[in-house]
Amino acid sequence: MIELAQVQKRFGENRVLQGVTLTIASGTSMVIIGGSGTGKSVLLKCILGLVRPDSGMITLDGQDVTKTDRDAFLARFGMLFQGGALFDSLRVWENVAFRLLRGPKALPKAQAREIAIEKLRRVGLKPATADLFPAELSGGMQKRVGLARAIAAEPEIIFFDEPTTGLDPIMAGVINDLIREIVVEMGATAMTITHDMSSVRAIADNVAMLHGGVIRWTGPVGEMDATPDPYVQQFIHGRAEGPIEAVR
Amino acid sequence: MIEATLGSLGRPVLQAVAAVGRVALFALQVVGHILRPPFYLRELGSSLVQIGWHSLPVVGLTAIFTGGALALQIYAGGSRFNAESVVPSIVAIGMTRELGPVLGGLMVAARVASSIAAEIGTMKVTEQIDALVTLSTNPLKYLAVPRVVAATLAMPVLVAVGDAIGIMGGWLVGITRLDFNSAAYLKNTVDFLEVWDIGSGLVKGAVFGFIVALMGCYHGMNSARGAQGVGAATKAAVVSASVLILAANYILTEAFFSS
Repeated sequence: MIELAQVQKRFGENRVLQGVTLTIASGTSMVIIGGSGTGKSVLLKCILGLVRPDSGMITLDGQDVTKTDRDAFLARFGMLFQGGALFDSLRVWENVAFRLLRGPKALPKAQAREIAIEKLRRVGLKPATADLFPAELSGGMQKRVGLARAIAAEPEIIFFDEPTTGLDPIMAGVINDLIREIVVEMGATAMTITHDMSSVRAIADNVAMLHGGVIRWTGPVGEMDATPDPYVQQFIHGRAEGPIEAVR
Repeated sequence: MIEATLGSLGRPVLQAVAAVGRVALFALQVVGHILRPPFYLRELGSSLVQIGWHSLPVVGLTAIFTGGALALQIYAGGSRFNAESVVPSIVAIGMTRELGPVLGGLMVAARVASSIAAEIGTMKVTEQIDALVTLSTNPLKYLAVPRVVAATLAMPVLVAVGDAIGIMGGWLVGITRLDFNSAAYLKNTVDFLEVWDIGSGLVKGAVFGFIVALMGCYHGMNSARGAQGVGAATKAAVVSASVLILAANYILTEAFFSS
């Protein structure tokens, strides 16, 4: 279980997170929604330790994430980055098998390659893709490779940062379905940040809306449409009029 | 009024001191990681090829033209004192002690510091460095250490090759344009050249290689967002590496040769 209690983060005068409190139960899929620039990515990076919060507490299964063994902590995570964040200088299979090839539990090259090809197949890519470089792939293929890399070491927790941004609606649907299938199949805890409502409906068990540096609303995805919260209603229906300022 | 004036004078000084501190800390971190596992030998090998092997043409071309021009200049200057015969020895000493390492270092700074800063800066803005962290890999160890070690090892070899090619450039000009006898030119070169002339240049090369890769990595890892950020990091890497090479050259020359 991931728990955040009163997490705050500011960059200069900009108070991005102003006391975020949120619980993500093990084996569930939480989707964080919110407008651009509301701090969704910062929140995710705080959990991973890529950004240090100014105050508040983040715990994973009851343990303070800032006080655990870093490598052991990160070994439990997989992450799909917004732009894929594939390493340009490495072939596709080396990207997917990056974690498997390094560290104290490093696998032999042939075995790591085999697992990488299996994971590529799982995300709908042919084995021939394995020897290409990331620059030779389309945006949708890069996202799939990023997804394969995120699941390669079979993590317990997977983070998805804007998984459908920049993709056409059909490819976005494919990625959403893949994420849902993989998370269910692996029994993983998932946290996705997005402002794509089709992703929310396809991926989420629970939804939390981040606005004004705090969690404005959280609940099961089935209750999202019925909530009277005007911020959630404006966001999910994409209305220009409402309590959220259109120009931020 | 006075406070504002002092403030405007003090701010850049404080910024400069802070920048020096950040670079020094970065350098210490890199050095501290060199002998600690894990070792990324594949990255070290590829950096050696990128930094060493691929810099050979530019260092060689720089050296041959510099050696040739040096021979012409020394001949012209020496003829004022009927000292034309010093051309081989001065070309050899000039190339090995100063021009080989300094010009080679500056050319490598232009080629390598820029490419390292651009590559790592792009990795930063495309979240590849964050991805490394999430894959339990220390970016400093994976990206900076192999490049710094490779440049520190490769640069003395480049300087040695540059020295030989530069001396050959002087010899070519000497025998074709200045009527030197080939065997006498070479004998003169060997007779007057001391081991420390070459050794001091190689030590300088190692220091310059360290500076080049360190500046490339530092500015790349601290690159601001976007294409403009990467461009600024690249420019800062080349400028700082070049200035530091020239400053370090003076300090090392003082240390090695001032009596």
